[in-house]
Amino acid sequence: MGLLIPLLVPMEGYEPPGVQSFDFPPLFPGAPAWVDRYLLQALVAFLLVGIFWLVMARKNKLVPSKGQFVGESAYFFLRDSIGRDMIGHEFRKYLPFLIAVFSFVLVNNLWGIFPLTLLPTASHVGWAYGLAGMVWILYNAIGLRKFGPLGYLKHVTMPPGVPGYMLPIVIPLEFFSNIIVRPITLSLRLFANMLAGHLLVLVFVLGGEYLLVESEPIINKVAGGASLIFSMAIFALEIFVQILQAYIFTVLTAQYISSASSEEH
Amino acid sequence: MNDAIIPLVVPMAGENPLLPHLSEIIAAVVFVLILTVIISKAVVPRFEATYQARTEAIEGGIEKAERAQREAQAALEQYQAQLASSRSEAAKIREDAKTEGGRIIAEMREQAQAEAARIVQNAHNQMEAERNQVVSQLRAEIGGLATNLAGRIVGESLDDDERARRTVDRFLSELESHEDGRPTQQPEESAHR
Repeated sequence: MGLLIPLLVPMEGYEPPGVQSFDFPPLFPGAPAWVDRYLLQALVAFLLVGIFWLVMARKNKLVPSKGQFVGESAYFFLRDSIGRDMIGHEFRKYLPFLIAVFSFVLVNNLWGIFPLTLLPTASHVGWAYGLAGMVWILYNAIGLRKFGPLGYLKHVTMPPGVPGYMLPIVIPLEFFSNIIVRPITLSLRLFANMLAGHLLVLVFVLGGEYLLVESEPIINKVAGGASLIFSMAIFALEIFVQILQAYIFTVLTAQYISSASSEEH
Repeated sequence: MNDAIIPLVVPMAGENPLLPHLSEIIAAVVFVLILTVIISKAVVPRFEATYQARTEAIEGGIEKAERAQREAQAALEQYQAQLASSRSEAAKIREDAKTEGGRIIAEMREQAQAEAARIVQNAHNQMEAERNQVVSQLRAEIGGLATNLAGRIVGESLDDDERARRTVDRFLSELESHEDGRPTQQPEESAHR
């Protein structure tokens, strides 16, 4: 396809967006390489989330004010719809983690449509690995603490009700699915959605801009304008995807915790 | 797999996007852990406290309302019972008053009859006394008159005569003795004499 690009887009000087579009230099000259836009965005997201929750919890009254209502709606959405419904009666222990994960992922995803950043933090896979790895350690630790090493292994790999002759097949599959695949899918789902979404935006915006401004034929300008207009729809789609991914990430975290700690499968 | 494809699509333009930066993994873990600690220490307890207080307030309100309702019901029943008892009491009082009134009327009638009888009796007694008085007065006068008349008929005055007086007295004592039992005939007897 690298050979095809010059044929399909016979325009010199156009560089299609790709993974290199996600590499940014350090924030300022001389800074270490890891002090980049991603770290800054994550730091601001961290501060925003922390301040949001602290302010919302500062002085709660019996009859909520308008500001308090926002915080309470968010809190009880996470508490009841995700924590309590997924995990059950033990949800209170894991609620702070769920709130932190959801808020942090949500704000970092929304950086992708925030005008000054326009870059979802999790489009660098390290962030997704970090988050998913934490979830993996957490739910395995919960299961190990509750059932012991052998008990947890049995809990994970032997679903109740499976006939004995199926166990040779089921045990490796369950182990593979629950222990190995889960953190990978959890991280890649978030990362890939963010990367692809941003790439899509880049293609529509940068490509449209190039067609409109740099290229000569009138048909290209029309296509470029249409592309720019349509990029608004892509942005709307991205907002939806970013919120949805934050929600899915949190729900799956709760689901994993629940499946590792529940008595029956 | 990706390593094989990416160089074709974007020839050596960037690194493999699936290879993480270690710094980002660490930063993600650190940020989320700090947020978890902050939220578990300062956010969740406050929200839960508010939630608890609100639940209690609502339950307390409901309980209060139920208690008020129960009290109102009890008061209503009490009023109705009181109303019923006072109705029956009023009926009883009316009944009592009726019988009492009847009794008083009967008593008054009896008293009035007794009084009337007494008045009649008094009148009788008084009339009797007056008659007696009149009779005794008449007796004295009739004696005088009769003596006087007899003197005139006989032709001599018997006024101072001792004999005449005795005659009169005897006559009167006779009258006296006849008078008992038929007093009304006394004038006739004296007239016969």
